Amino acid sequence: MSTAIKETQKMIEEVLDAYPEKSKKDRAKHLAANDPSGQCSTCQVKSNIKSRPGVMTVRGCAYAGAKGVVWGPVKDQITVSHGPIGCGQYSWWSRRNYYNGQTGIDTFGTMHITTDFQEKNIVYGGDKGLDAALHELKELFPLAKGIGILSECPVGLIGDDIEAVSKRVAKEFKFPIVPVRCEGFRGVSQSLGHHIANDTIKDYVLGKGELETSTPYDVALIGDYNIGGDAWASRKILEEMGLRVISQYTGDATLNEIAIATKAKLNLIHCYRSMNYICRHMEEEYGIPWMEFNFFGPTKTYDSIRKIAARFDTTIQEKAEAVIAKYKPLMDEIVEQYRAKLEGKKVMLYVGGLRPRHTIGAYEDLGMEVVASGYEFGHSDDYKRTYPELKEGAVVMDDATLYELEEFTRRLKPDMVGSGIKEKYSYHKLGVPFRQMHSWDYSGPYHGFDGFPVFARDMDMTVNSPTWDLIRRKK
Amino acid sequence: MRQIAIYGKGGIGKSTTTQNLVAALAEAGRKCMIIGCDPKADSTRLILNRKMQNTVMDMAREKGTVEDLDLDEVLLSGFKGIRCAESGGPEPGVGCAGRGVITAINFLEENGAYGDDTEFVFYDVLGDVVCGGFAMPIREGKAKEIYIVTSGEMMAMYAANNISRGVLKYAQSGGVRLGGLICNSRKTDMEFELISELASKLGTQLIHFVPRDNEVQRAELRRKTVIDYAPDHPQANEYRELARKIADNRNFVIPTPITMDELEKLLMDYGIMEKEEAA
Repeated sequence: MSTAIKETQKMIEEVLDAYPEKSKKDRAKHLAANDPSGQCSTCQVKSNIKSRPGVMTVRGCAYAGAKGVVWGPVKDQITVSHGPIGCGQYSWWSRRNYYNGQTGIDTFGTMHITTDFQEKNIVYGGDKGLDAALHELKELFPLAKGIGILSECPVGLIGDDIEAVSKRVAKEFKFPIVPVRCEGFRGVSQSLGHHIANDTIKDYVLGKGELETSTPYDVALIGDYNIGGDAWASRKILEEMGLRVISQYTGDATLNEIAIATKAKLNLIHCYRSMNYICRHMEEEYGIPWMEFNFFGPTKTYDSIRKIAARFDTTIQEKAEAVIAKYKPLMDEIVEQYRAKLEGKKVMLYVGGLRPRHTIGAYEDLGMEVVASGYEFGHSDDYKRTYPELKEGAVVMDDATLYELEEFTRRLKPDMVGSGIKEKYSYHKLGVPFRQMHSWDYSGPYHGFDGFPVFARDMDMTVNSPTWDLIRRKK
Repeated sequence: MRQIAIYGKGGIGKSTTTQNLVAALAEAGRKCMIIGCDPKADSTRLILNRKMQNTVMDMAREKGTVEDLDLDEVLLSGFKGIRCAESGGPEPGVGCAGRGVITAINFLEENGAYGDDTEFVFYDVLGDVVCGGFAMPIREGKAKEIYIVTSGEMMAMYAANNISRGVLKYAQSGGVRLGGLICNSRKTDMEFELISELASKLGTQLIHFVPRDNEVQRAELRRKTVIDYAPDHPQANEYRELARKIADNRNFVIPTPITMDELEKLLMDYGIMEKEEAA
């Protein structure tokens, strides 16, 4: 075992020492020193298990995963939060998944629609109210292409039969009405919500659309939610490579796009965690291969472009090289411009989905080093993909607590922390440069060649802002 | 004011027994009230001589919210001034009847339904204690006395034992006590002995053995209690006796529920269940 690993392990033990015995034992399983080789048996973290009460986890719930991540961005369907008002209200347009269209006419992403449960709906059931809401929506927004019903907790408790309502009304409206059983108490984090949502795509929409023409270069862009325009940046590269993106899952997506993904020749998946389920299904049922790729930072992007091109013929491969040749000088310029200011800066990441591993390369392109990284709701397959990306001895954390994040920050002294909105202000108080890496802190895109200049600028702006010097740093 | 909850297996005769005994108390000049905690809303039919039309939850649904309700709309007077309310709730298979009970009882309490002069409040609760809603009457600050209606049939005894477990849970946190078992006779073998023994195993008493009599059904058909329909019938005296015993009862215990094995053994000891059947 290397000294780097040993030192990190010692530091983790010190941090854990503050916990009572039982919590310490439990949390120790979720924290490890990174071993890129995968040889060290004690360097694997436990994941996807229930958070310990009292540790202030930053995890979300199944509803958050199904509504906020997977179904929410589908732009021409109306998403109904079925239950009391809070879940819909506080998750209202918080994820910046951009789309084109006219709100209320052919797109509905920024709307907050709920069945607003009252006591009487709990006692007598909410199915009649749901039925009425569906009919009102049809009347108000006749151009909507479908409706998704996202269950909040009470719906599961009282056993409302939303499937029966959906089936009946879908027949009447002649479009998909998708009942999503994503009650928040199900599962240990938002992760189960992704899975449930994937299953409903499979059961209610997938394979039911028509694609007029077909080409050998048809691909689907899966697991890109178009945060700050990410999917547009990724799509641009794929199109310049000569591929035809027939479907985006689910950033700036239409319901028809969701349906026709089965016509793709290859599924390209960016956020593996939230959408691997549908890719596996399309592989098994429709024989469509899928591959993971990474469009963060030029190095990973070039690499991914070549790997994607390798799945096609020489026309695509030649175009791929042309794309790289076209953008490389531009990317080199960006690296040149920012690297001097960011070289050697240390980054700590604690995010979800794909970012704890996918953004590492982008930071490294700028000369920065990721010294700690972790997932809110990752599974062991996410961590397996992460170990080789991180340096030896980096901290790997699963479902980290606010205490752990603060302690690691004090000990590792990162020059920047990238995490979510719940962590943002505590870091501001600590006087540590911080970026909200769930929604790109109201910036973006960060994907592809359009995204990297923005990413580089934002990281520089964060790390080198004089503001931090005005904040009294906690000793 | 004594708040009393009546539990027991579905169909055992909780509502009939409760209404007859409350009618007997009222006849003796006691101020009583019945709160039906069952979406079927049939806990007050024999007192009101008709089915309660204005249940708390139905009225709340009609008006929008429970806050829009007036107490007068849901609290009616019946036989000898017995005040009656029903929680109401959904038809079978939808919604959450338990939540309906919680909402209704909270409403009645907050709006002073119990009044200053009420001596006895009876909660007639649906079947088994299936969820938190049906435990509402025995939670903190409400019924402190429980009577379980049972019979010599095994499942009724099984339910009585289960309900004792629920009482035990709330006895520790909320101070509720078991007042006794009421045997509503089904004319099974050695019924009196069996239920007396079950009562002693549970640490309580068989407070009264109500014999089976068709006069009860005749009265029910006319939407009346026996006290109201046939006050001179011997069955009316049984309910008067039950009422007197409950009014005078001082024997309140924390129940000691038994295991399924013990319950089966009890049935075997009384020759109800053959050893082979139990195996």
